[in-house]
Amino acid sequence: MQSTFVRRLLYVALFVLYLLHNDLWFWDDPQLLFGLPIGLLYHIGFCLAAALMMALLVNYAWPRHLRDEEERESLP
Amino acid sequence: MTLAIIVVYLGLVLLVGSLSYRLFRGTGEDYFVASRTIGPFLLLMSLFGTNMTAFAILGASGEAYHEGIGVFGLMASISALVIPSVFFFVGTRVWALGKRHGFLTQVQYFRARWDSGALGLVLFVVLIALLIPYLLIGVMAGGITLNQITGGQVPNWVGGLMVCAVVMTYVCYGGLRGTAWANTFQTLVFMILGGLAFFVIVDAMGGFSKALAKVAAQHPELLGRGENIKPLKLLTYTCIPLSVGMFPHMFMHWLTARGARAFRYPLMVYPLCIAAVWVPSVLLGVLGSVDFPGLKGPAANSILVKMINLHAPELLAGLLAAGVFAAVMSSLDSQVLSIGTMFTQDIVRYYGFQNQMSEKMQIFYGRLFVAGVLLLTYVISLFSARSIFKLGVWSFTGFAALFPVVVAALFWRRSTKQGALAAILSVALLWTYFFFQGWQTPGYTVGGTGLMPVAVILAVATLAMVVVSLLTRPPDAAVVGKFFDGAEAAEDN
Repeated sequence: MQSTFVRRLLYVALFVLYLLHNDLWFWDDPQLLFGLPIGLLYHIGFCLAAALMMALLVNYAWPRHLRDEEERESLP
Repeated sequence: MTLAIIVVYLGLVLLVGSLSYRLFRGTGEDYFVASRTIGPFLLLMSLFGTNMTAFAILGASGEAYHEGIGVFGLMASISALVIPSVFFFVGTRVWALGKRHGFLTQVQYFRARWDSGALGLVLFVVLIALLIPYLLIGVMAGGITLNQITGGQVPNWVGGLMVCAVVMTYVCYGGLRGTAWANTFQTLVFMILGGLAFFVIVDAMGGFSKALAKVAAQHPELLGRGENIKPLKLLTYTCIPLSVGMFPHMFMHWLTARGARAFRYPLMVYPLCIAAVWVPSVLLGVLGSVDFPGLKGPAANSILVKMINLHAPELLAGLLAAGVFAAVMSSLDSQVLSIGTMFTQDIVRYYGFQNQMSEKMQIFYGRLFVAGVLLLTYVISLFSARSIFKLGVWSFTGFAALFPVVVAALFWRRSTKQGALAAILSVALLWTYFFFQGWQTPGYTVGGTGLMPVAVILAVATLAMVVVSLLTRPPDAAVVGKFFDGAEAAEDN
């Protein structure tokens, strides 16, 4: 499934994720959650979300010219 | 004992680098881009290892010692999103173009893209100037590590010299293939030993909860963002990781990929690798404030090594110090090789002996320049006593501000060489201005507002690129046509 709609949706999601990086909610809060400062935990969670975002981009928004390259690579 | 372990480790690195020489095909393309045969795992390790420098290991912990956990959000988590995104949108395209046109350096690409030799020369000078501070932090970190781990018995200049000598040997011997192999080995070493260091130190401090409780009691400001990191600073710092789009060494590593498929796995795993390295580094810097209170400025560069020395047994301390060396050298090697490659391809070959120089001679000049640059960096390191973090940030600022150049080259057909030149020159001028304005001021931001200079320089460079391109004659359609195909354009629309 690699439609233009999905690709654009993922680009929007990427931008939203970027905006979520600029947290103004936990950052001055020194309380601990699961033994870690909550501001740090938020950004560790952000790294996991970034990995998921990249997995979605790779699987559903892989550029067409690279798909063509891959097809050529898979030819004997 | 510690010194012996480090020496054995350096020997191992040399062995790995020299083993790769068995695969050397004797051609310039093999020396400079490993004949474009690097697979997904080696690509991930070399991209990640190259990017994780002394900045991430010593610089991050030193900065976290002063600023607290905010450093993770400032540099690490945003890098986990921006860097793989740059690989996705820029790196894969650069790889495809490099393969199609046979490019070995980014200067070659930009020269061809805008059909301008002068543009290539200006870019070469700016890239080398910006890379020197980045090289410097690696050499300095080698000196600091060895000095601290031996309790001051070995002076800084010896560690820096050892790092330079080992890197020069395996880069000159194995070229990019040797560098990729050594990078992979060293990246695994510093990731494994970095994790081990964290657990050993935390255990020796009585467990993580207990150690953190001490920080909360003595330095509670380190567990939040504090006054030093303003919202505007956090926002504008997000521009800094764009620097990977213009690093010569990253460009070169993209070109080594065996195929388009080789990028998929590194893109997905890269954010997790960042978290795995930065979380322990930042936390150890924060915990260091309990054991070593009162360190001023650049003295905190060595906090991680001090913690290792205090809490780890001697054998482990040696191994952990080797891990720091691994981080340092896995970046330094690619950086010096990229400089050597640029000098050979973009200056010596382009201007002097374009069609007269044998492949053997090209490689020889590449090696000679690598040795010269390392020597120069080493000499500068003997007189430099700067914060590793701040040196890194100034270097990244310049590269990040050049990002509009690569974006325009890849995505904007109407962009012109005059536009690119205006963007590059605006970066050079503004970077120099801000550098002299802020060099002596700790935590410098524009007018003390929290606005990082990178945001201003990036905005001006983008504006210069757009305005000057639109005011000048459109580029030759035949030249543009070489770099944009119909399928890609259709998808972009």
